[in-house]
Amino acid sequence: MNLAARDIRHNFGRFVLTTIGLGLLLMLVMGMGGIYRGLVQDATLLVDRIDADLWVVQKDTRGPFAEISRIPANMEDRIRAVPGVWSSRDFVSTTIQRERNSQPLRITVQGLSWPEDRGQWLPIVAGRALGQAHYEMIADESLKQPIGEKVKLGKDTYTIVGHTRGMSSPSGDSMAFFTLHDAQAIQFDQPGEAIRLERSARYNRAEQIDLGRTQPQVIERSRGPSSGIPALGPPVISAVLVKVYAGFDPEKVRAVIAKWPDVSVYSSDGQRQLLVSGMVDKSRRQIGLFRVLLIIVSVIIMALILYTLTLDKLHDIAMLKLMGARNGIILGLIMQQALLLGCLGYVVAYVVGQWVFPWFPRRVVLTPDDLWLLGGVVIGISILASLIGIIKALRVEPNEVLA
Amino acid sequence: MSALPKKADAVLEASHLTKIYGAGHTEVVAVRDATLTVACGEVVALLGPSGAGKSTLLTLIGLILPPNAGRIAIGGTVVFDNNQTRVNARRFRRQHLGFVFQKTNLIPFLTAAENVRLAMEINDHPTRAAKYRAMELLDYLGVGERADNLPSKLSGGEQQRVAVARALANRPNLILADEPTAALDSVRGRQVMELFSKVAHEQNAGVIVVTHDHRALDVFDRTLEMEDGRLRTANMTGAPDAGTGNLVPMC
Repeated sequence: MNLAARDIRHNFGRFVLTTIGLGLLLMLVMGMGGIYRGLVQDATLLVDRIDADLWVVQKDTRGPFAEISRIPANMEDRIRAVPGVWSSRDFVSTTIQRERNSQPLRITVQGLSWPEDRGQWLPIVAGRALGQAHYEMIADESLKQPIGEKVKLGKDTYTIVGHTRGMSSPSGDSMAFFTLHDAQAIQFDQPGEAIRLERSARYNRAEQIDLGRTQPQVIERSRGPSSGIPALGPPVISAVLVKVYAGFDPEKVRAVIAKWPDVSVYSSDGQRQLLVSGMVDKSRRQIGLFRVLLIIVSVIIMALILYTLTLDKLHDIAMLKLMGARNGIILGLIMQQALLLGCLGYVVAYVVGQWVFPWFPRRVVLTPDDLWLLGGVVIGISILASLIGIIKALRVEPNEVLA
Repeated sequence: MSALPKKADAVLEASHLTKIYGAGHTEVVAVRDATLTVACGEVVALLGPSGAGKSTLLTLIGLILPPNAGRIAIGGTVVFDNNQTRVNARRFRRQHLGFVFQKTNLIPFLTAAENVRLAMEINDHPTRAAKYRAMELLDYLGVGERADNLPSKLSGGEQQRVAVARALANRPNLILADEPTAALDSVRGRQVMELFSKVAHEQNAGVIVVTHDHRALDVFDRTLEMEDGRLRTANMTGAPDAGTGNLVPMC
């Protein structure tokens, strides 16, 4: 006869409410783990998807994601000349915040090296990849902008032609993909007045130097767009993505580029490591500690619940002892309830989590490994939490029936 | 009935039992040098005022508390002697003893039948046999129709009969009942007392019943009385006789 099952049957309402409460607590533990896993996946998402062997960035920076990196656009051509390089692509990444329908709209702008790279490698779930050199964008569905929607960024308006799923930056902002030139236009957009003032100041500086006086064409050039003046033009790309020939050792290419004094080069693994250990490390540890705290709280709450349930049954336990019941029967009564409470709480956590987690602003990723691990932890804390109740039960004397 | 040595003419032989609670200034002698023998099939009433030591004597005989001195043999097996319990008390209780209390102490989350079955399953009886015996006992005690009811759905008398059924489940050699009729009206109380007598005679078990109820004393084979921890044979017509409860009708 299973006493635990019969006790639950008798106090079914209380057991259900306790299970739901514990389940919600475990859902928080599960959610914290999922947020951490989402953080790591978000951080490494682009690196994993973009299919590059090497990332070339500004010297001594951890760009382009962990910090700002600026390198000249002609770096792409220099790299292409390195033996073993099959392709090199410019890459621009920047985060902007604009106002749209009175709501802040944060976008991580990614520039793709048109026409080689049209975003065909992206996880496009609706619409298509980029089809023209300008004024199109692929947006993540988390941006909540429909396909065909026109978004004004800077001086230009872009049409959303495709939707990706799950593409967000390490900071959780939705990604949008443009051609490189459009991304640069968005990144370096300035108001008209600022441009006019800059040109005027540039003209005045040019007039005051000998070169300007002797070369009127220079003065004339300085009135034009800054991008038209190579020496004055801003460093326009964030990184160059390098793909080596199949079978060629990327490490050999990396060794060559690493000797250049103006750039740093990372393998994809190195880039991934930079993101995980740099950008999300503190968040990861913070979430980890919070998770440990939640587990401790769960143990305490479970122990209190089980202890209270045991206290309610002390008289019955004393009677069982008086009738000659072995300790195993009493231990089984408490332990089976603890395990059932833990297991059902876990199921509640999973089921409610599946419903609730998609509403979280950041991705919550539940991996099978994490779920198995948490399952093991739940069984562990169920046993641990039942110990206080078991100790109390084993100390009950049969003569307490007479009290 | 549980296997005990054939010699067991007397199901209980308790001699010179003493129980002292506390020590020094707080010392209370609950049972003083009590000697008692109960024969197979005998129903013994234990009378006495509150605090006389009746319940304590029952807990000593039931191996619930150890005496400070004395010797106890149940069914010929010495269970306590020289300040030592000689058997596994819990195993001995489930195999050879049955308990009934004023408060029925039925497990509230088990039905009447399950309460009876539990006593047998604790004693390693197969489930099917336990189910059969539980129903047999409940029918015998007149509560078979209430077998599937939780204790909270039973009347006081029905609960007490279920408690008796539970005490009888393992065919004990000795049944110890502590004021089993205190919560019942006189009619129900007498029915329970008659039940003990019937069971004792039919199953050849010894029964000791602690009671305050003098109206049903005719049901008992023998009446003992306790006062200030001392045990003596009661003289129901007048003052108590000096001596101990050693008058043993042999079975």
